[in-house]
Amino acid sequence: MKILLMGNPNVGKSVLFSRLTGTHTIASNYPGTTVGFTKGYLKLGEEQVEIIDVPGTYTLEPTSKAEEVAAEMLKEGELVIDVVDATNLERNLNLTLQLLERPVPVIVALNMWDDTHHRGINIDVAKLEELLGVPVVPTVGVTGQGIRDLVRRLPEAATPQTTYASSDERWAKIGDIVSQVQSLSHRHHTWRDVLEDVSNHPAGGAVFALLVLAATFFVIRFIGEGIINYVTDPLFNWLWTPLLMKLSLVLGSGGFWNDILIGKLINGEINYLQSFGLLSTGIYIPLAIVLPYIVAFYFVLGILEDVGYLPRLAVLMDTLLHRLGLHGYAIIPTILGFGCNVPAVMATRILESRRERFIAATLISIGIPCAALQAMIIGLVGQQGMQYVAIVYGSLFVSWIIVGLILNHTVKGFSPELIMEIPPYRFPPWRVIGEKLWLRVSGFIKEALPIVLGAVLVVNILYMLKVFDFIANIAAPVLTGLLGLPKETVVALAIGFLRKDVAVGMLAPLGLTAKQLVISTTFLAMVFPCVATFVILARELGARDMLKATGIMIAAALIMGGLLNLIL
Amino acid sequence: MPQKIQITLAQMEAGQTGTVIQILGGRGLIRRLEAIGIRPGKKATKINSALFRGPVTLRVDQTQAAIGFGMANKILVEIDTST
Repeated sequence: MKILLMGNPNVGKSVLFSRLTGTHTIASNYPGTTVGFTKGYLKLGEEQVEIIDVPGTYTLEPTSKAEEVAAEMLKEGELVIDVVDATNLERNLNLTLQLLERPVPVIVALNMWDDTHHRGINIDVAKLEELLGVPVVPTVGVTGQGIRDLVRRLPEAATPQTTYASSDERWAKIGDIVSQVQSLSHRHHTWRDVLEDVSNHPAGGAVFALLVLAATFFVIRFIGEGIINYVTDPLFNWLWTPLLMKLSLVLGSGGFWNDILIGKLINGEINYLQSFGLLSTGIYIPLAIVLPYIVAFYFVLGILEDVGYLPRLAVLMDTLLHRLGLHGYAIIPTILGFGCNVPAVMATRILESRRERFIAATLISIGIPCAALQAMIIGLVGQQGMQYVAIVYGSLFVSWIIVGLILNHTVKGFSPELIMEIPPYRFPPWRVIGEKLWLRVSGFIKEALPIVLGAVLVVNILYMLKVFDFIANIAAPVLTGLLGLPKETVVALAIGFLRKDVAVGMLAPLGLTAKQLVISTTFLAMVFPCVATFVILARELGARDMLKATGIMIAAALIMGGLLNLIL
Repeated sequence: MPQKIQITLAQMEAGQTGTVIQILGGRGLIRRLEAIGIRPGKKATKINSALFRGPVTLRVDQTQAAIGFGMANKILVEIDTST
């Protein structure tokens, strides 16, 4: 049997999904966290049933791609759990009543039930059940309250198939239901309201956003550096290095296996940034440099997401983003891109038009460096001084703006206006934030580690086959002439296609000047996305638009790199 | 004597409340506004608007929403100034 979890955006479907199936998915406090769909299984008596977490939709008459997915999927469902935000009954019932018109059994989960009390909302559940003609179960996703009742009553799901002649008639019915089941009592002005007022105010909001941004950078840096200095570096230096040295001795301190596994010894010692063996650099880059920043970034992002700050940032950024052919909501995929471009490009589905999705995906690929790349930039370029890191970030930001301005004038189609719900501030339990962090961090280890090791292996093999000398000579005119880089850097830039972090790592032994480091890392960040992002770009935009986007990236990177070479 | 004036949501002052009278737009716009709870007969409170014709933030029932300036300009509200 197939059960669909459906409901308006940001009502807690993904949290309920995790509760029902034990499968963990990413849930946040903004509409549109789930853009694809996630499957999980629930044991119902003897039967194993499939549960699908459907993207949120306000209506079965779709207005965006994510909503189209939802409407399409309804055709396959054999039972629908309609998740309703109890604090927003009237608006949520629109979808409920649309679902009740369809020939599919429905059960209602009245979620966020705990929130109704401190908001002064009283709902007569028995009466609501009677009026709708389907079971209604109050639930609290984050604590798990009511989940058992929900599962127990699944077989009671009913199919009233009440139809309405028009949407006006449906709204009239909703008004009628709400007036019978819901009563409001006085609610206190809490400090959450004060916080909401401040961050909504145009001037206050801008100051607040700058504070949040500054705090974000500080905390990420603090946590990332902290883990590197006090955990991963000591672990590698005291435990891993002696082990590798012994292994190297066994392998005879040279030869094929030594070169592949441990790499070149620099002055008889392992240098984790320069040796480039599978077990030295191949493990060190992802686990010792990148992982700490992944943990730090996703910890802060998780809090911002779950608290519900991002939609407010979207409102604030709307005017600027309109100049780039986007609207405020595009800030959400953009911020996700600072973690990894893959989920960021997928998240562009929350944007309505094809034009917006193309612009957003291209801009993310050009101007938004992922956490792995950033960790390496901070590590390597930062050694020369933080002002150089600032130049890299500044160049990326300027490219992001300028390419956006150009695309806004050249790409055909239209960009609609912002229309979005702003969720209330919520404070999820730390456990929920921790679970989400673990999900993302373990995802990084599982997906990135094999590619990093593969990339390091490829580098070693190509070195042995002397392929790089050949490529380097061909690319030399562009690199030296336009960008002012030694021809050896072409190797690193080519490897950027596999993994950007490994590519920056390959710049380390080249002895580049600060200027050359700035140019090469900026170029690397902009020129083309890594292979994982390529695959997602092709899937989301289609092969033609993906090639078009790639052309734009290469052109922008060459121009920016050339300019930096002239200016610096 | 009760004074009722009709203006658009974009013209409202922050903090003012009005009753939505009509959406001056096509079916698509009506449907999308309706989805987040903005439809004729509802009371809408403008929370504020961003500078430079940026988005307008408003509250309808329990929902807070932000909509583009152009959209806000297509929402006709009636304000009772006698109170």
